[in-house]
Amino acid sequence: MNKKSAQTRLRPDLSFQDLILVLQHYWADFGCVILQPYDMEVGAGTFHPATTLRALGPRSWKAAYVQPSRRPTDGRYGDNPNRLQHYYQFQVVLKPSPADIQQRYLDSLFAIGIDAKNHDIRFVEDDWESPTLGAWGLGWEVWCDGMEVSQFTYFQQVGGFDCDPVMGELTYGLERLAMYVQGVDNVYDLNFNGGEGAAKVSYGDIFLQAEQEYSRFNFEHANTETLARHFADAEDECKALLAAGDEGERHTMALPAYDQCIKASHLFNLLDARGVISVTERQAYILRVRDLAKACCEAWLKTAGGGHG
Amino acid sequence: MAELLLELFCEEIPAGLQGRAGADLQRLVCEALGEAGLVPKDAAAFATPRRLMLGLTGLPERSADVSEERKGPRVGAPDKAIEGFLRAAGLDSVDQAEIVSDAKKGDYYLARIERPGRQTSDVIADVVPDVIRRFPWPKSMRWGAGSLRWVRPMHAILCLLEGQVVALEVDGIESGNHTFGHRFMAPDPIEVTGLQDYLAKLKAAYVVLDPHARRQIIIEHARRAASEAGLELVEDNGLLDENAGLVEWPVVMMGAFDEAYLDVPAEVLVTSMKAHQKCFSLRDPKTGKLVNRFVLVSNLIAEDGGAAIVAGNERVIRARLSDARFFWEQDLKSSLESRLPRLKELIFHAKLGSVHDKSHAVARLAMDLAEAVPGANKKHCEQAALLAKADLVSEMVGEFPDLQGVMGGYYARHDGLDEAVAQAIAQHYAPQGPSDAVPSDPTAIVAALGDKLYSLVGFFGIDERPTGSRDPYALRRAALGVIRIILENELRLDLNRWFTRTAEVYRDIGENVVTENWTDAYDVNSELLGFFADRLKVYLRDRGAKHDLIDAVFALPNQDDLVMIVRRVEALGVFLESDDGANLLAGVKRAQNILRIEEKKDKRAYDGELDAKLLKDAQEKALAKAIGESEKAVAKAIENEDLEAAMAALAKLRQPVDAFFDHVTVNADDVKLRENRLKLLAQIRSATLSVADFTKIEG
Repeated sequence: MNKKSAQTRLRPDLSFQDLILVLQHYWADFGCVILQPYDMEVGAGTFHPATTLRALGPRSWKAAYVQPSRRPTDGRYGDNPNRLQHYYQFQVVLKPSPADIQQRYLDSLFAIGIDAKNHDIRFVEDDWESPTLGAWGLGWEVWCDGMEVSQFTYFQQVGGFDCDPVMGELTYGLERLAMYVQGVDNVYDLNFNGGEGAAKVSYGDIFLQAEQEYSRFNFEHANTETLARHFADAEDECKALLAAGDEGERHTMALPAYDQCIKASHLFNLLDARGVISVTERQAYILRVRDLAKACCEAWLKTAGGGHG
Repeated sequence: MAELLLELFCEEIPAGLQGRAGADLQRLVCEALGEAGLVPKDAAAFATPRRLMLGLTGLPERSADVSEERKGPRVGAPDKAIEGFLRAAGLDSVDQAEIVSDAKKGDYYLARIERPGRQTSDVIADVVPDVIRRFPWPKSMRWGAGSLRWVRPMHAILCLLEGQVVALEVDGIESGNHTFGHRFMAPDPIEVTGLQDYLAKLKAAYVVLDPHARRQIIIEHARRAASEAGLELVEDNGLLDENAGLVEWPVVMMGAFDEAYLDVPAEVLVTSMKAHQKCFSLRDPKTGKLVNRFVLVSNLIAEDGGAAIVAGNERVIRARLSDARFFWEQDLKSSLESRLPRLKELIFHAKLGSVHDKSHAVARLAMDLAEAVPGANKKHCEQAALLAKADLVSEMVGEFPDLQGVMGGYYARHDGLDEAVAQAIAQHYAPQGPSDAVPSDPTAIVAALGDKLYSLVGFFGIDERPTGSRDPYALRRAALGVIRIILENELRLDLNRWFTRTAEVYRDIGENVVTENWTDAYDVNSELLGFFADRLKVYLRDRGAKHDLIDAVFALPNQDDLVMIVRRVEALGVFLESDDGANLLAGVKRAQNILRIEEKKDKRAYDGELDAKLLKDAQEKALAKAIGESEKAVAKAIENEDLEAAMAALAKLRQPVDAFFDHVTVNADDVKLRENRLKLLAQIRSATLSVADFTKIEG
């Protein structure tokens, strides 16, 4: 079977997985490498080194991937039709950002069945900032008939370093988008595999139990002393790796060091969900993660991926 | 005469930045052209989400030749002076300067600078790229591999002078003669020949260029849609402006949501639809109650007539309202009182403790204030002040900070608290501006006053006073709030006493507030009083009071009872409009002028006791007597707060003062007599001082 016919069989309006497949095909055709999710707990697709680190340095880069994202405080024990502590983002990063990036994005919406002749698509101001990554950019949230379906950001700085050239980042909220094209009001009612009758597997079939169990873990049972200790361990390990890999002009362990930074960030999110971080401590934790992120970015710029040699 | 059309076309500009950007474009381009001697007859600038446009008409086709002479140093002056002159005049060597002979001062250099006029198109080609590069966006960005900064990526520059492209280039973007229409309804390039052509073609390409026109379309269509459905639009100017900045071709439609959501407080529904969805709410004109409909503004004439757009918006509104209802129901599970401990986490100010500290302190202050506000119930006031901030840790206020206070009122009612307490909590932030309603219920007055006094005294205490345009803690608004609450409710409060009492409350609440560190740079009470005086002046001036009358009253010592101050200003105004008042003012001023001159000459003040035996003429005897009587009468009237009587007593001075000046020579030859008469003049001045300082009054 050729590629064309495989794509025409895909039904993003009936199937969550087809939505992902259509987006992957679309961006692969545009020349993106289709990566797999990063194998660590992260709060958003931005944390994937394919975004954070690749945003820095002079090299061109085009990639797309699904990233499972964990936001412990958003858990609702499976009771809320819109909020999840674990959900999927589809991330596209293009560096340098092409001149027709907006049109490419709109065409991708058309590919998943959102026709701009009948839907009100709007680019609404949204200044993006990640205090933990020391990163910011300008762009929009993209609205479709009043619903935010994507975030669109031109990265200006990551880890305190200027992005030059500028990376364009598109983040599709897959569940929201799927709910929209499938026309369902409850995320757990999404058809995951496009099957009918007994063959249908819903989003709830797969994730409802997980939402309930992880909400208990996030809000009630995660051992806060252990989390705090692991945070400190990750922080120490990150600093140790940064020191060990530092060879002056070059760095030899930016990636493993950055993993520890990601780990610390997620542990902080868990501590936050457990409600044990006071307002002042919160700021201190954020600063600690940001210091790690900045140091990792600085190290990355001394590697081949960061454009050094 | 030439016409310029400039359009900077880019990706979507934030709604809130468009208006300012249009004005900036006009100002910067006109300033730069003006410097080159090119002034247009007419200028107009517009902004949409995707473009800034400037049209200039009546531009000269070239700038005039300029010939200028610049005088230099004398011949043989030091090299430094000559070098400086050459540099300033733009000459390469001194040979290019003329030598002018001057018999008196010696020969000197003269540079004749001839600046030929330039073609307007050449000037524009220089000016436009420069304006683009230094455009004052509050936040700008780079994109792709370029280095230009703009609010969002720029795609095209349309620049026509009399229909001809003015060739220019900025960071790889070359000017041309085309623009683009609506993103979805007319996306292809459109060739343009001039201003009129541009306006007509854009309109045909579904772009309403003028933001006021977009605003007008939205409000008219929204009102019409509402009235056709027998409803009334909940109008909101901020929301209207924002929507006008989000669309190039506004299309107004109406949607509905499940009636069951109307159980949630109306403020929540309105705020949720506005904040998240930029939608307008609707109400029933008969009952004034919110209905389950909303108005949305889209940017598209949809092929399906808008069915999908309305359905999509309805679905999002449903999810939003479902969230709002979840917060509401969640919040009702905890009483306001049970939320108090969490206020310890909220910092009021690092030097002034937590919001928890503030709540307890204001509660204490409120019990005292209750005694000064007629009809206030001490218990209610204490409770309202204590619980006023508890909604800050509710889910709803976390989601919609604008609903602070309002939600507290609802939760208080749900907790079964007295209606007066609930209202006081809801209104304790009021008034939030010059046109916001002022609380009138005694409990609400106390809660609102306590909240503001506490902030004012605290921030002045730690020397966080407003400076210039900086007022991060909104203290001007707080002081105006106190002024309006006091005046509109005619409350008799001695502000000084309450400043002192508030400072005591800070000291009592303990370890979190470091009162020892309070400023000793100034006396907090007198600084605050001065601050209030300034705010009061602004307030009264806005209401038409003359600023000199306000100054005349404020010049008196210990003016901290706002109600009395305002009454004095009013009574004084009436008095001065009467014949007696105007003449007395003239007399007092005359006395003051004479005194000033003589006191300066003699280097002494004439403020001692009169010698009754030295009173010689009938008119000076009569005046001395009248002053004595008037002073007594005025003092008594002031004590009784009868300002009309005080003015009437002053009026009796007019005739004796006039007679005195008509018949008595102040500067008598007899030294003793002169001194006594000057003292009499000083008494005229002091007699009027218990009402106002007449010397501050103009006219």
